[in-house]
Amino acid sequence: MSARGPFQDKPQNKLGLRVEALTLSRGGRVLFDNLSFAAAPGAYVEVQGANGSGKTSLLRALAGFLRPQSGEIVFEGVDEPALAFHYIGHANGLKREATAREHLLYWAGLFSGSPSEDFVAQTLDLHRVLNTPVRALSQGQARRLALARLIVAPRSIWLLDEPAAALDDAGKAVLNELIASHRASGGIVVAAVHEPVGPTPTQTLRVPR
Amino acid sequence: MSAFAATFRRELQLMWSGGGALAPIGYFLGATMLVPLAMGPDRALLEAAGPPLVWIAAALSILATLERLFQADLEDGSLDQMLLSPAPLELITFAKGAALWVAIGLPLTLAGAPAAIALQAPVDRLPFIMTSLALGTAAFVGVGLVGAALTASVKRGGVLLALIVLPLFAPPIIFGAAVASGEDVTAALSILAGCALGAAALGPIAAAAALRLQAE
Amino acid sequence: MFAFLANPARFMAFSAWAAPVLFVGALVLFATGIPWALFYSPADYQMGDTVRIMYVHVPAAWWSMGAYAFMTGASFISLVWRHVLADVAARAAAPIGAAFAAVCLITGSLWGAPTWGTWWEWDGRMTSMLVLFITYLGYIALWSSIEDEEKAARLAAILCLVGAVNLPIVKFSVDWWSTLHQPASILRSGGSAISGEMLGPLLTMGGAYVLLFGALTLMNMRAAIFRRRVEAAELRKAQS
Repeated sequence: MSARGPFQDKPQNKLGLRVEALTLSRGGRVLFDNLSFAAAPGAYVEVQGANGSGKTSLLRALAGFLRPQSGEIVFEGVDEPALAFHYIGHANGLKREATAREHLLYWAGLFSGSPSEDFVAQTLDLHRVLNTPVRALSQGQARRLALARLIVAPRSIWLLDEPAAALDDAGKAVLNELIASHRASGGIVVAAVHEPVGPTPTQTLRVPR
Repeated sequence: MSAFAATFRRELQLMWSGGGALAPIGYFLGATMLVPLAMGPDRALLEAAGPPLVWIAAALSILATLERLFQADLEDGSLDQMLLSPAPLELITFAKGAALWVAIGLPLTLAGAPAAIALQAPVDRLPFIMTSLALGTAAFVGVGLVGAALTASVKRGGVLLALIVLPLFAPPIIFGAAVASGEDVTAALSILAGCALGAAALGPIAAAAALRLQAE
Repeated sequence: MFAFLANPARFMAFSAWAAPVLFVGALVLFATGIPWALFYSPADYQMGDTVRIMYVHVPAAWWSMGAYAFMTGASFISLVWRHVLADVAARAAAPIGAAFAAVCLITGSLWGAPTWGTWWEWDGRMTSMLVLFITYLGYIALWSSIEDEEKAARLAAILCLVGAVNLPIVKFSVDWWSTLHQPASILRSGGSAISGEMLGPLLTMGGAYVLLFGALTLMNMRAAIFRRRVEAAELRKAQS
């Protein structure tokens, strides 16, 4: 095990995600222990497991929301940890009263990205509903709006929790395209799914109960 | 746009589309209306009791806006996104507080004038009443952030939130009501400003610490 | 000493004899202090026998504040080093501190009736004690309304530290406020005016209270640790 802490691997500028002997427990219950894996640029890691098996907890630990009981999560080749990853969770992170456009603007500020409304709207097929408040969007449109964060601000590691939830076939196709182009540009995707989304994973993790 | 500006702007918009200061102001005016109904319209009595009661009503109005402040963010996933921002959570929390103060605190300050007049406060005291309300609502919002963050995961946590926050309201109430009543104004006003500054500086730090735990 | 006790197993072994010892010590001091205070100490030249309420009232005030200071220290340790015993200690001390504050308020009210002619006077010290009592209630209520024990512990620790900043400000504010609203017509015995003959029983009672606080806190902590063990065992049973 390396003595260096996370985010200190500047000299080698190659992106990488390394998880070593990760143990996570919630409310006294061990979700998984001694989980290790590594992901290189272009990797698509699929986390599989039943509902409540700890998939979400694993992603939240990777995102830094959860403190692991033991083990190490290391991002290599990342200058600024705050600019390292996106997390798209079960909850879309949307406000019912605000319009799609207002969300794009807000995220651009929050993540220091650029709203690039047209591009986002084109890619995700949201241009007709840009000025619609979220409460009037369909489930699938809301999910696509949440995925727009991936475009608004570039991040090298994407942590996606059931990204295809509520998406129709067209939406799934767009998602797969997004993932493919992200991988092609050297990004890493870690997705928790209960059924395979589409792209063939470079690595599959089964999270045991 | 910076994370601070984006958050501030969005919170203002959300508060505005959620009815803005309308409900808190209505609540504030309604509460002050009950005072003469309970005490009788006696002028001298109201003159003494009016300014403090305006203060109590302002404190309760701010309190009533706090319950959903972070709870909604926790439930709909917005809190996760705030945590992912390169800007520190303390700054984002501060921006939310600033927006709340502009959206609710300032309108309450303005509504304080008619309320105080209705409660027979002398007109020449209005500047003091309004200055104290502007500073006092800032202090209330600052400590209110902490209470709202601590209780964000508690369903129907309104009473708990009030219980936690009310002891923190004690210092600004004391000095604010003193300014409003015209007692030892210079000293009280400077201490009240200190309360507001302290709450605005420390409140977001404690609230952010609590929010990080809530996201676990 | 703290590092030594930070190990839960060692803590259990230590507290198994420390709690009863402290408890017996408290009983001995109470057995000395109560008769001393009630029968063998002088009556106040102004207040007469009612001054004897002081021996219950003042130590309760001391140690309700002392308990909060203890909780503040434990909360700080909990937040910085995330130590589970610190969480348990802070939580265990809270109801005892709250009870002391309640005793202080009730005896203060009883004392006020003959002395001031009213059951409640918005005197600076009593008002501060009331705020402390409400702060305790908020702390206990927050603990019990969050299911996840670990999260509850950290959130309560933050609240405890916030309260520790707030309470001195409240004390200062209330002192300022009571001089504003009350001309110095109400004089209280206590503080520096206390005579030497009263000091002996007062300190004895103060010692009795702190030993009682220590004993009850340790017992509460032991109960909490036992409860956690039982819960963990139940959880293992449910999982297997």
